[in-house]
Amino acid sequence: MELFLLSIVNGLIQGGFFALFAVGLVLIFGVMGVVNFAHGELVMVGAFTIWLLHAQYGLGYIPAIMVAIILVTIIGLLMERFLFRPTRSDPLAGLICSIGVLFILQVAATLVGGDGPSKQVPPPFEGTLVLFEFLRIPYQRVFSLLISVTALGTLWFFLTRSKFGWALRAVAQDREAASLQGINSNRISIIAIGVGAALAGLAGGLVAPLTNINPHMGHNVIITAFIVTIVGGVGSLLGAVLAAVLYAMLHTFMTVYFGGTIATICGLILMVVVLIVKPSGIMGVRVSE
Amino acid sequence: MNKKNILTVQNVVWAAILLAALLATPHFLKFYHQDLLIYLTINVLVVCSYRLVTLTGEWSLIHAVMMGVGAYTASLLFIHFGLDMWFTLPFAGGAAALIAALLCFPLLRMTQFYFLIGSFAAGEAIRLTWIEFVGVFGGTGGLRGVEAPILWGIDFIDPIPYYYLSLFIVSVCLFILYRIENSRVGLTLHAIHWKAPLAESVGVNAWRYRALAFIVGSFFVGLAGGLKVHYLGSVSPNQMGIGFMVFILIWVIVGGYNKFYGPIIGVIVLTVFDESIRTFEVLRPAIYGAVLILSVLFLPLGLESIPGRLRSWFGVGSTPHEPPLTDQ
Repeated sequence: MELFLLSIVNGLIQGGFFALFAVGLVLIFGVMGVVNFAHGELVMVGAFTIWLLHAQYGLGYIPAIMVAIILVTIIGLLMERFLFRPTRSDPLAGLICSIGVLFILQVAATLVGGDGPSKQVPPPFEGTLVLFEFLRIPYQRVFSLLISVTALGTLWFFLTRSKFGWALRAVAQDREAASLQGINSNRISIIAIGVGAALAGLAGGLVAPLTNINPHMGHNVIITAFIVTIVGGVGSLLGAVLAAVLYAMLHTFMTVYFGGTIATICGLILMVVVLIVKPSGIMGVRVSE
Repeated sequence: MNKKNILTVQNVVWAAILLAALLATPHFLKFYHQDLLIYLTINVLVVCSYRLVTLTGEWSLIHAVMMGVGAYTASLLFIHFGLDMWFTLPFAGGAAALIAALLCFPLLRMTQFYFLIGSFAAGEAIRLTWIEFVGVFGGTGGLRGVEAPILWGIDFIDPIPYYYLSLFIVSVCLFILYRIENSRVGLTLHAIHWKAPLAESVGVNAWRYRALAFIVGSFFVGLAGGLKVHYLGSVSPNQMGIGFMVFILIWVIVGGYNKFYGPIIGVIVLTVFDESIRTFEVLRPAIYGAVLILSVLFLPLGLESIPGRLRSWFGVGSTPHEPPLTDQ
């Protein structure tokens, strides 16, 4: 029972983290139609920035997160301008380009951090929140959950209440029709990848103190992001958030009882099943050709 | 298809020169490079079998794992039953084809992006199974102790005999793949790629042809996996993961996937290139990444299109943007 409650809470926290980068992937795919294979590496760069600035050079944790977000956003913007925009007519070309970026970022991280073992960042927030005698959550995780929820809430508000948000959703639905309405789709693409990359940088910043940081950590991130995106429905942000929380719960429980590899295998099988049974995902809408 | 006589004097002479060059190559190389030559030969089969799968216009991300299926099958048969390579190779291809046939039912319901992601997920699930079931597949370390065969007193563990052997096997496979592509089946695959609704409207069962391409492509890459493991001696999950898959993609795309020989050019040029930047060690993946990006941006039809481009530049010959069907 205690393990059960603890797993639920951990699942929620993990879910918030999953949602942060999955939503970014969905945004980029929705608006630009390109699968950003380097999305996991964006998270990795965020985490590495924290390690370098906070753990090595002693910059405060919050300012380090800020720098991480800005740095990753810039990488995202460069990718849009120089890779995704010229290859817009061919989605496969965009995907291949992002694989190239993946290699380059991994090497950059290796050059910065060295070839050695995985890096660790000591948690900046010490102490534990004691809800009950058996339910103790480190403040670091509480902070991570709060920030993810705030970021996702802000994004939701931005997309549904602001003019830019409406324009962005319009481009995601129908690029041509949106252009006819006078929406500058290039600017919207920039905003989409900027927001997506910023969220990835934030996710990297939040996860840095909770995990082992190495240049190849993006691999697991991108697998998770794919599972969450497909299960949630490719175009649906709400679906992605819901699927992130559900998958995080599932993954946490499976890991506790069967181990991490089995948990990931189950996630992948779940994804294939969703692709067969309901390709539009749990929150997706069927679009006729 | 042109029924031109290909047995002209000129063609025979060229073929003889090519054969002589291929047979002579290992004698001019150091031991280490002889190893590399064998892997290169096997990788030629990998990219050509991958091209068969992509003929229908679907890009799969499971090909590397299929090679692993072949390699694991061959290893298990060798380790547990002591079967020689002559017997394990058909099983290696067969196992990959069987798994591909089973995966057809879920995967081929998807197209485009969904097929890409679906095949990635299925492949990753298979790969994680190798990691998880340590008792059977040896976990992260994989399986080792696979040996090359001995026949008529020739020990194929030596690079030169093994190179000749793999050159022979790969050539036979390439010939079959080439014939498939230029047969009615191959034409139908092209038709499905470029005009799927039209092809279906004249009674082509697109699903069946896509399944055929997927299964046959997997068979040959499984065979390549078996061929590799009998020389290398070991197989591990990380060796056959998304990393290797990305290399297959790079070879095919940089070489150009519109012509049969495009991927072959890609794998040869990039392997030589890779060797020449060996001194940069850590930087190598980044250089690869940059080459990939540059070739997608500036040479979308691949290295194979360069002669055509040059010709049209100087105003002789056809334009390089001809649709692939016209070269049949």
